[in-house]
Amino acid sequence: MALKATGETRDKNQRWERLNAFLGKYGIVLILLAMILAFSLLSEGFFTARNLFNIVRQISFMGLIAIGVTMVIITGGIDLGSGSVLALAAVMATSLAQLQDSATLKYPGLIVPVFVPIVVALSIGAITGLINGSLISKFKIPPFIATLGMMTVARGFALIYSNKPLSQLTPEYNFIGQGAILGVPFPVIILIVVAVAVHIMLNNTPFGRYIYALGGNEQAARISGVNIDRVKIGVYTLAGLLSGLAGLVVSSRVGSGQPGQGVGIELDAIAAAVIGGTSLSGGIGTIWGTIVGALIIGVLDNGLILLNVDQYWITIVKGTIIVVAVIIDQRKNR
Amino acid sequence: MSEDNVLVMEHISKAFPGVQALSDVRLTVRRGSVHALMGENGAGKSTLMKVLIGMYIPEEGEITFLGKKVKIENTQQALRMGISMIHQELSPEPYMTVAENIFLGREPLGRFGLIDKKKMIANTRALLERLEIDIDPNTVMRSLSVANTQMVEIAKAISYDSSLIIMDEPTSAITEREVAHLFRIIRTLKEKGVAIIYITHKMDEVFQIADDITVFRDGRHIATVPAAETDRNSLIAMMVGRELTNLFPKEDAPIGEVVLAVQGLTRTGIVENVSFELRRGEILGLAGLMGAGRTEVIEGVFGIKPIDAGEITVKGKRVQIKSPRDAIRHGMALLTEDRKLTGIMGVLSVRDNMMIASLSSYSKGGFLNKRIINETCAREKTRLELKTPSMDQVIRLLSGGNQQKVLVSRWLLTVPDILILDEPTRGIDVGAKSEIHRLMSKLAQEGKAIIMISSELPEILGMSDRVLVMHEGRVGGIFDRKDATQETIMRAATGHDELMAV
Repeated sequence: MALKATGETRDKNQRWERLNAFLGKYGIVLILLAMILAFSLLSEGFFTARNLFNIVRQISFMGLIAIGVTMVIITGGIDLGSGSVLALAAVMATSLAQLQDSATLKYPGLIVPVFVPIVVALSIGAITGLINGSLISKFKIPPFIATLGMMTVARGFALIYSNKPLSQLTPEYNFIGQGAILGVPFPVIILIVVAVAVHIMLNNTPFGRYIYALGGNEQAARISGVNIDRVKIGVYTLAGLLSGLAGLVVSSRVGSGQPGQGVGIELDAIAAAVIGGTSLSGGIGTIWGTIVGALIIGVLDNGLILLNVDQYWITIVKGTIIVVAVIIDQRKNR
Repeated sequence: MSEDNVLVMEHISKAFPGVQALSDVRLTVRRGSVHALMGENGAGKSTLMKVLIGMYIPEEGEITFLGKKVKIENTQQALRMGISMIHQELSPEPYMTVAENIFLGREPLGRFGLIDKKKMIANTRALLERLEIDIDPNTVMRSLSVANTQMVEIAKAISYDSSLIIMDEPTSAITEREVAHLFRIIRTLKEKGVAIIYITHKMDEVFQIADDITVFRDGRHIATVPAAETDRNSLIAMMVGRELTNLFPKEDAPIGEVVLAVQGLTRTGIVENVSFELRRGEILGLAGLMGAGRTEVIEGVFGIKPIDAGEITVKGKRVQIKSPRDAIRHGMALLTEDRKLTGIMGVLSVRDNMMIASLSSYSKGGFLNKRIINETCAREKTRLELKTPSMDQVIRLLSGGNQQKVLVSRWLLTVPDILILDEPTRGIDVGAKSEIHRLMSKLAQEGKAIIMISSELPEILGMSDRVLVMHEGRVGGIFDRKDATQETIMRAATGHDELMAV
């Protein structure tokens, strides 16, 4: 009798453990689905193909940055400079993609093919990342400080480069943010391709596993022969590159490059990563989790606006959700 | 029991998970005496002292202090009763001044409950002058030398006007001049009737300053003798006199050519002029007391810390080792001492932890070959009898012994010629321990060269073909298996044998 009773409790415990493990892994998806269901019931305009694409397109810039910052956070670091780098890349790229009759034409007479602004935006992103990574690995500056510096410096350069919006861009350039292939918005395609590529890199290459090892225990990774400095520089460079890409997408989406673009976007990106289960202590995190986290933020923004909720309340709800997500995460890792 | 005793501890027992740290231990300290505690690493000296100041609560035992039976539950209570301690590891508040450190937690208060800084500084100045310590009370702690930091700690312990002061290796960080100073202070304290418990490994000091000596071994009280009635040799015999068991079977392995030669390795102030050779099939034991520089030698050899001088030759070729990567490239592997700090990556999977050092040899065209990785993991799991529900399990959740097996596996997968194992069996259960010993024998037979650091003399004697004994950053002696006994090693480790060995 007694034996049977303990057997039953053990079964119960195992069932609980399995449920907990399932919720730990997929709970975030359930929350997203619940939110979509709730908004669909509350607002007529929410669950339409157009609006859903709209959400994904809205999160695409932030999502690109979130993918970069997820890698950075997995190493145990942080990147606060992404929003400013986005702006710097945006003004530099758009200045090379303006129509000759533009009112704010920066370089009259200069006509270059569309790949030039693309390469410039990606390069400027990668260079800022390279600087971050070098400061952090070679000069042992804490990532928080190094990227905080980059946040201010890159914004300053963006404003010096152009203190007014650079608009009236070439159609080729505008396609990046406004075009669609087979009905799928081009920014969404970019986000999916990048997400899949980074997911594969993290899981199927030595470099990817070194990123996790760094956050898991930097000392142990070093003693195991991992080239710590190279991995750090690589990760920050990739994150910078993705910020540059986001600058490209956002400026072509709105049809102008502005030095004030992307203010605060790095915080939304960090929030997306954290909601998606990335641990700020390093070693833990997935790209699909981050994408789900970004979708949660996107759905929340979009749904609450459709319900005519005051913008100020939306920020309060978002802040609360981030804190709750971290509390859940801490309990899981205890 | 005479009125003369400041402290009587009886029948003290204290267990930690997996270890009986103290069993039925006693200690009696006379008023105005210096009582030395001696014993190997892990003999139980520090544990007993932590019981005395209330950091640990013993399962059993009685403490009588100043004639009264007492229960000591925390360090504040111990301080109030008149027991203060100078800890082995210095832990000052680095950004506070000397005065603030000494009066931390008992700052003199003035009007409105604010700290009376003038009074605090004046009191500190008076204390330091009385002890003839020449340090300004306003100095910030972190700008002091290690020796001066130690002197401040000593002054702090004395400032409580305690009847009993515990000094845990107080001279490990100070020079001879300061040792003499400390001994003058101790003699003054004795005259005032203060009793001192003095923990040290240094024989010279014991015979200079101690009145009584108590020896511990494996958590037991071995003997208490007046210092005047004993000598070094009998103390060493008491400290090590334990039966050798057959727990450690190094099986015969053919000894081959030299694979690693270290010549004149020096890390200024830490390791001086260390030279040794290591051959295929050989296990070289690295023995020595805590802080003798064993791990520090290995850090230099493996490229974890830069060396200031010295040559390293691997398989006859002179090599430059500037990072662990270089060491691994030259066929070395290092199982570190602190599994948690420098070994496992706690939140990562068993698979990641096992593969991290050899990932590049398991990838093709830049991508990991997951099929071969999974096969390798499965094979390692069977070979090492690793107990884990799956290779995706987070390593933190495995037992210490199983974590250690994963780390052993991590290094074997790099196919090293030279295996360095720093305290490979510390903190793991007896079963896993003997498995690791068996594995070491087998690896030696396969022609690997092994360096094993261990604080357990029986393990050193049982497993090593040769034993290198470190003493204060230098080679205290190198002994062949047939010449190595607990006594010879202990003598070399305490610096008693230096001339003979060189």
